[in-house]
Amino acid sequence: MRYTKDHEYVRVEDGLATIGISDHAQQQLGDVVFVELPAKGAIFAKGAPAAVVESVKAASDVYCPIAGEVVEINDKLPSEPSLINEDAQGRGWLFKLKLANTSEVEALMDEAAYAEFLKSIA
Amino acid sequence: MRYLPLDSTDRALMLKRVGVADVDALFADIPAPHRLADLVDLPLRASEISVERTLGAMASRNLTAGAAPFFLGAGAYRHHVPASVDHLIQRSEFLTSYTPYQPEIAQGTLQVLFEFQTQVAALTGMEVANASMYDGSTACGEAMLMAHRLTRRNKAILSGGLHPQYAEVALTLAHMSGGNVERLPLDARAQENLIASIDDETSCVIVQNPDFFGNLRDLTPIADAAHAKGALLIAVFTEVVSLGAIRAPGQMGADIVVGEGQSIGNALNFGGPYVGLFATHAKNLRQMPGRLAGETVDADGRRGFVLTLSTREQHIRREKATSNICTNSGLCALAFSIHMTLLGETGLRGLARVNHANAVDLAQRLGAVSGVEVLNQSFFNEFTIRTPRPASEVIETLAERGILGGLPVSRLAPSAGLDDLILVASTEINTAEDRAAYAAALGQCL
Amino acid sequence: MNNQGRATRPEPSTTKASRATFTGNRALDLEEALIFESGRLDATGVDIDEPAPFADRIGAHARAGDIGLPGLTEPEAMRHYVRLSRNNYSIDAGLYPLGSCTMKHNPRLNEKMARLAGFADVHPLQPVSTAQGALDVVKTLAGVLMKLTGTSAVAMSPKAGAHGELCGMMAIKAAIEARGEGKTRTVVLVPDSAHGTNPATAALIGFSVRAVPAGPDGTVAAAAVRAALGPDVAGIMLTNPNTCGLFEPEIAEIAAAMHEAGAYFYCDGANFNAIMGKTRPGDLGVDAMHINLHKTFSTPHGGGGPGAGPVVLSSRLAPFAPVPFVVQRGDALDLVEHKGESAAFGRMTAFHGQMGMFVRALAFILSHGADGLKRASEDAVLAANYVRVSLKDLMSAPFGERPCMHEALFDDRWLKETGLSTLDFAKAMIDEGYHPMTVYFPLVVHGAMLIEPTESESKASLDLFIMTLRDLAMSALRGDNERFASAPTLAPRRRLDETRAARQPVLRWTRPAPA
Repeated sequence: MRYTKDHEYVRVEDGLATIGISDHAQQQLGDVVFVELPAKGAIFAKGAPAAVVESVKAASDVYCPIAGEVVEINDKLPSEPSLINEDAQGRGWLFKLKLANTSEVEALMDEAAYAEFLKSIA
Repeated sequence: MRYLPLDSTDRALMLKRVGVADVDALFADIPAPHRLADLVDLPLRASEISVERTLGAMASRNLTAGAAPFFLGAGAYRHHVPASVDHLIQRSEFLTSYTPYQPEIAQGTLQVLFEFQTQVAALTGMEVANASMYDGSTACGEAMLMAHRLTRRNKAILSGGLHPQYAEVALTLAHMSGGNVERLPLDARAQENLIASIDDETSCVIVQNPDFFGNLRDLTPIADAAHAKGALLIAVFTEVVSLGAIRAPGQMGADIVVGEGQSIGNALNFGGPYVGLFATHAKNLRQMPGRLAGETVDADGRRGFVLTLSTREQHIRREKATSNICTNSGLCALAFSIHMTLLGETGLRGLARVNHANAVDLAQRLGAVSGVEVLNQSFFNEFTIRTPRPASEVIETLAERGILGGLPVSRLAPSAGLDDLILVASTEINTAEDRAAYAAALGQCL
Repeated sequence: MNNQGRATRPEPSTTKASRATFTGNRALDLEEALIFESGRLDATGVDIDEPAPFADRIGAHARAGDIGLPGLTEPEAMRHYVRLSRNNYSIDAGLYPLGSCTMKHNPRLNEKMARLAGFADVHPLQPVSTAQGALDVVKTLAGVLMKLTGTSAVAMSPKAGAHGELCGMMAIKAAIEARGEGKTRTVVLVPDSAHGTNPATAALIGFSVRAVPAGPDGTVAAAAVRAALGPDVAGIMLTNPNTCGLFEPEIAEIAAAMHEAGAYFYCDGANFNAIMGKTRPGDLGVDAMHINLHKTFSTPHGGGGPGAGPVVLSSRLAPFAPVPFVVQRGDALDLVEHKGESAAFGRMTAFHGQMGMFVRALAFILSHGADGLKRASEDAVLAANYVRVSLKDLMSAPFGERPCMHEALFDDRWLKETGLSTLDFAKAMIDEGYHPMTVYFPLVVHGAMLIEPTESESKASLDLFIMTLRDLAMSALRGDNERFASAPTLAPRRRLDETRAARQPVLRWTRPAPA
């Protein structure tokens, strides 16, 4: 699993990249009450706003950590946004991309680097 | 100064604790050349009696609606407001509280807003309503922008029956925000063909009912035609009492319903403050502007209310907010809600019936004046007459005789070529004597 | 990310509410059902006479079926609303230190004046010959606002602060367009400490927002503004005094930099209460500024409006004021209501603005006079600094010893070791009989607590407030978390479940399904 400084994560399996927000991000947001997901087939550049995760007091844009085409969205989330709080890096995933460029993933922070990063902003 | 509790001893003690020699030291960040040495050029403090004299003298130079047979409407209506309404809205806890940011100590305001939202939804025949907008005209402009967001298009079609000032507000917003507007010519007889203007770029059609000239319109075919092109119908009303008699916009396929709520609970006030009503379908909720009160429970499991879905709003979404609206029209919404509760279904229907009866009577009397024509086929409490003399002259002459006879359409639409039209309203406040006096005076000044 | 991990769902309480009663009431604390539960469709509190028979002109447009509006008779309605009102905190009942909202005393003279028939019972479209007194109020108040701000025009029609902001920015856009630069000047500078209405307003009319960082001292440096300036910039939106309660010391240089670059200076006047009679925004180089009449001139807050937001304009923007405005023609006043008679950008609202609020504001201003307004600002600033220095040894202030204007800002660093949050501290204030200060705003300060006591508090009232906050702060630092974690326990409601309200919105009453 790789992370961005905006607290998105990317998990690559079978040529698909699963995107979500990190457990740290969900803690910072508090109870998630609404999720706006991209449309299937949407194509995003790296860093483009792709989804919105809202808690009661905050709305947070989710920036696409890598470029690619959306091939699947987590359609459980609109009716069950609490999945993000319960399991942000598992069942609370947001959408999956067809990977365009694997080197973009490599450039992101790994687990250890992200942990360091979190320490540095605490 | 009677409003300032600190005296010179207090100030000296406080300055000492703050650790500065004088109060000006606290203003040291103001650039020195721009600090005012002298008082601004205004009168000095004044006693209550003195302020009452000054303002009383100003007030006395207005002809009050209650002092004259009064037949003006055009978006602001004179109705009788029960004495208890004004008493209740002046209770400290309503008058001197603010937006309910701390719901544990603001349940009064929050429950009122929840009840208000339910009343407005019922009146308009829609699923959800917000906690109020500034007034009908700004609610109409916000509805247009909301339709643009929902349809991802940016062209609005304005009916020629829309209040001219509402249309001007929409035009200003459209111009400034980069939208397109097709405004149909003013249409005193409700004969326009709105449907012909709807195309694949159309975001919304904005239609008023009863329209500006008082005509009643069936919105259903317009809604159907709009929906067929993927556009929305925004229904507007300026006289909310009409909803006690005529079909609700929600029953005719409207997608967003906005209007002016001043008629219920609120005085004329020379144009403000009023209260904008705003309702839509639940599926459009997230694009709706304005505050919302919602039901929930507290830590003990007891029912309570909170402001909710605030991520739509400016303080969280900033430049991505649905609107920049912040403060709404709380106290006016409270007055509306109290008056509506006092009326209830029975009272509102009765009030609407008296309004209509009085307008029918007035239309008969004015229509009988030689040279005067009533244009409307149908109407609620307001209609349009054509006079053989320019309408503005007629109205001035009537005013000199102490009668406020209505609105010369040319005042709001000087270049529309409608100089001979007067918009006339009659609510429950008019007596048969008032209406007879009007008809007689009109006959004399033509 | 715009968030600070605030809890929005209370833990279910383990302690039972002190002594359950049969009714759910607790003495003067009275529960009240919704009108939809207690009212009846056939009940009414208004007697209306049936009209004589007449020939109906509504015909096929008639509404069929029930509307769904229950009614109450007058005694029932009176009790309903009186009971509800008692669940609200109010300025009349106690100190209401809601930062940036200026919750000052609401003189009842203002209410009395606004209700004079000669103001309240006047129609906005009466012949202007019959409303000269009303136009005189508009003109007189406009004159006062220009004198207080050192500006040369004022647009009176905006309905509230955010509407005034929109008006001011529209005037800037109109001026830019008139110069033929509408296509090129498309950016508005907004400090990241700004109130959310500022970027929302700029975006609403098609400007893109460029953030200007506030410095570590909470103010905006002219150098930071210069760095963000370019030929694409239309203007800046700057709050002064700013949202941290500080006067922007480089405001005049910022204004000059904007003007040199061919751009305009919009000042958010939400905090004008701090500087009345002390300095004039026009002298500082402000081109447009709204004034919240309900804050500065106490017209009152009304549970969330109505407000009023007249916008003062510099001579550079004066030609671009919207309609309507009042003009003198010979001996009489007249209203300009149509674009075309000037370069007006159009119309913000139907009619002429918040007349009822104008009367109240004018009554407030006449009562205070030039001397009273200046004193009010001085007292408001003194009170805020008094609170600041009296708490600074216990609570942490983000900008150190620097004097504030009319509001004192603290952050949550001092709570770090306690496990308590700003929210917990605020909720405990409720049990002590105070409305909490503004919390979590401005966003640039973590766990912000913004205290605005206003000029309306006596020294005794301020002292008790200070002692209460000190007692609470010491309690927090001692680890007496029970006082905070479950607070409030004595209010009409405990903490409310905002998560549930947002996840499953219930925004209106609906008839329960039959059992």
